[in-house]
Amino acid sequence: MSAKPQVEIVKEASMLKQKSMIEANYEKLSTAKEKGRKVASTFVPGNLNELIMCFDIVNNLPEINAIQNGMRKKSGGLIMEAEKRGHSEDVCTYVKADLGMIAKGNLGPDGQKLPDPDVLLLSYTGCFTFMKWFELVREQYNCETLMLHVPYEGDGHATKNMRDYVVKQLKEVIIPGLERVSGVKFDIDRLRQYLKESSKAEDHFVWVLESAKNKPSPIDAYFGGVYYVGPIFTAFRGTPDATEYYRLLREEVAQRMKDGKGPITPEGDFKGEKYRLIVEGPPNWTSFRDFWKMFYDEGAVVVASSYTKVGGLYDLGFRHDPDNPLESLADYCLGCYTNRNLPSRIDLMEKYINDYQADGLLVNSIKSCNSFSAGQLLMLREIERRTGKPAAFIETDLVDPRYFSPANVKNRLESYLQMIEQKRRGAAPKAAA
Amino acid sequence: MSTVQEIVRHCEVLFEDLNFNYVREWKAAKPGRKVVGFMPFYVPRELIHAAGALPLGILGGGDQLEVIHGDAYYQSYICRIPRSTIELGVTGKLDMVDGMLFPSICDVIRNLSGMWKIMFPKVKSRYFDVPQNYMDSIGGTFYINELNELRHMLEEIAGRKVTDDDLRASIKIYNENRRLVRAVYDFRAAEPWKAPSSEVYLLMRAGMILSVEEHNRVLREYLAAAKAQDRPKRDNSRIVLTGAFCEQPPIGLIKSIELAGCYIVDDDFMLVNRWEASDVAEAGDPLQALSNSYLHDSGHMAAKYEPEGSKKGLYLVEMVRTRAAEGVIFAAPSFCDPALLERPMLQRTLAKHNVPYIAFKYAENSGQMQPIREQAGTFADSIKLWS
Repeated sequence: MSAKPQVEIVKEASMLKQKSMIEANYEKLSTAKEKGRKVASTFVPGNLNELIMCFDIVNNLPEINAIQNGMRKKSGGLIMEAEKRGHSEDVCTYVKADLGMIAKGNLGPDGQKLPDPDVLLLSYTGCFTFMKWFELVREQYNCETLMLHVPYEGDGHATKNMRDYVVKQLKEVIIPGLERVSGVKFDIDRLRQYLKESSKAEDHFVWVLESAKNKPSPIDAYFGGVYYVGPIFTAFRGTPDATEYYRLLREEVAQRMKDGKGPITPEGDFKGEKYRLIVEGPPNWTSFRDFWKMFYDEGAVVVASSYTKVGGLYDLGFRHDPDNPLESLADYCLGCYTNRNLPSRIDLMEKYINDYQADGLLVNSIKSCNSFSAGQLLMLREIERRTGKPAAFIETDLVDPRYFSPANVKNRLESYLQMIEQKRRGAAPKAAA
Repeated sequence: MSTVQEIVRHCEVLFEDLNFNYVREWKAAKPGRKVVGFMPFYVPRELIHAAGALPLGILGGGDQLEVIHGDAYYQSYICRIPRSTIELGVTGKLDMVDGMLFPSICDVIRNLSGMWKIMFPKVKSRYFDVPQNYMDSIGGTFYINELNELRHMLEEIAGRKVTDDDLRASIKIYNENRRLVRAVYDFRAAEPWKAPSSEVYLLMRAGMILSVEEHNRVLREYLAAAKAQDRPKRDNSRIVLTGAFCEQPPIGLIKSIELAGCYIVDDDFMLVNRWEASDVAEAGDPLQALSNSYLHDSGHMAAKYEPEGSKKGLYLVEMVRTRAAEGVIFAAPSFCDPALLERPMLQRTLAKHNVPYIAFKYAENSGQMQPIREQAGTFADSIKLWS
């Protein structure tokens, strides 16, 4: 059998821009100590990037390291290293990939040694495991740990009490702590400037996400979406670089729409959109490309996803607000997707199905992530009941390659798409009647 | 006076009754009575009591409940307590419950709070958050406001105001309960052959069902009867059991550990019973008093943040010391994030202090006890031989 001809993919300007931003950040991290810069480890959901930048601190994100290691097929060995050291096979594989990486010399995904953090900034937003993760990481380093407790929106909305609590912690714990670690005095006007920049990027970002309402969708809001969220979820929100990235992306997506093109895939332009899906849950990272291919080979495009809301839910209108800087950071933290209660999450998925004219909901249930996974089967039932659209379920893991079974995933996806077909055939006569 | 056996049998009947007939009878005894369920690990039961309602601790379905519907709501890699709790709900076994509280313990119970809102819309339910910041001006203020919101919810359920005087009276009676619970734990630690853990467990489980007044009576009677009864002292090892603060092990597991040669001299089965180390202040602002106790006088467990890294797990070392324990058994439910993530940190602290330990996992419906018995037995022997 002859080998498939290699398709040369032309990288778009936004892709090159993001690549250079990520490389620059890893470079900044690996040279931080020699350049005398302080380093913070912090999490993606509810991250305080604009605030961290006010103290000239470089940002290291353990989940991103785990993701990058997963995509580079390194995470399996790191997880086993952590399990060898007493960590249960039952718990989050992001945590174990991170602890395994630290145990093996703390070489980052790019092979460079990551610096020891000067501060662990624990933003406890939307995931209980974060708290344990930082307690575990804290054992490795003799550095300050700052805890920002973000209450859970148990009744589906943030209350004044919650907001005040977060703001008070920012004022009395986090800011003084970051001042102490960095030796830099807090300047609220500097924060306002960063937040202003964030809000510009957020406008572009939402425009890009909502472009998927078009038929055909010019983007894949899950597999492509995880690239699009990169800058805004991580170390770049609030920087002119991030704004520029989203401006470029928006231009490219606008052009794709004008040309009637579908999303870009690793094998070139996606043609022939057959199915429009909403996906709930994080992707699998260890077989990311194979996973994605299963979708585009079948003509399935994801038009909206919950995972791209985990580091901030902007498409419901939230923007960082330079006029209310600390309150705005509190609202951001409180409103991240997994910090919202299950009924709100289900309402959002229902809204996406309707707004994006999707064929149904596919849940990618992640073994490692109870924050997402617990309750997804009820979500599935509710969505079917409310929308009449089929919902289905596949199981993978974040970065543990042992839990990615391609044949099972493919079978389930194909069966699901057949369900959609059947539904369409069943619906057609009724529609005609 | 009742005998130990009679008291324990009474508690056992309550434990085995998955229809909660005691609760139903309590509710039916007076018109307008309400029941408020809560899950592990902690809620301020004083507020529920002050509203005239019965706090009902819901700790899953145990090993006697066949879970059929509950499994349809959860993936295989999620622990068992939410599925058996759903089972209890959908089969009508909790139909006398007027309100449900889901404490801040993990993502599974957190999400269950939302599921409850959807599945049982007529039941008022609330995710009950507690502060992870322990400064009075920050976490304390937040917590007092949360307690006030809870008070309003309970007032709506009960159809009456909950006054500060009501709260102070409830704090007083729960202080008595805490003192009695501590007395039972102290007695067991001092003479564990006279208060087997399988009995103490049932006694504490009864406190999840009975009114506090009734539970206080049962605790007093048990203490008196157990102290008066001679029982053979065995050459067992003294161990602390930890990690079982949410989904409960089957009673057979506790018995197996004892039969294998271990006296359990402390545990974390039902933390709500003795979450506060001493009395909650009975005078002054009652919500302030509850907040002070939570922030400055409460226990340690995996869902509670430890601000100082150097203190991580020291409470367990201290527990081993004060209880004169010789080792620790980590018994955690499968897929329990808090217990399993916490475990390596606690183990490292114990190792630094030369405290031996073993670890295993269970589910509330675990049926095969032989491996547990062998592991616990080997541990007990190794303590006797080598420690």
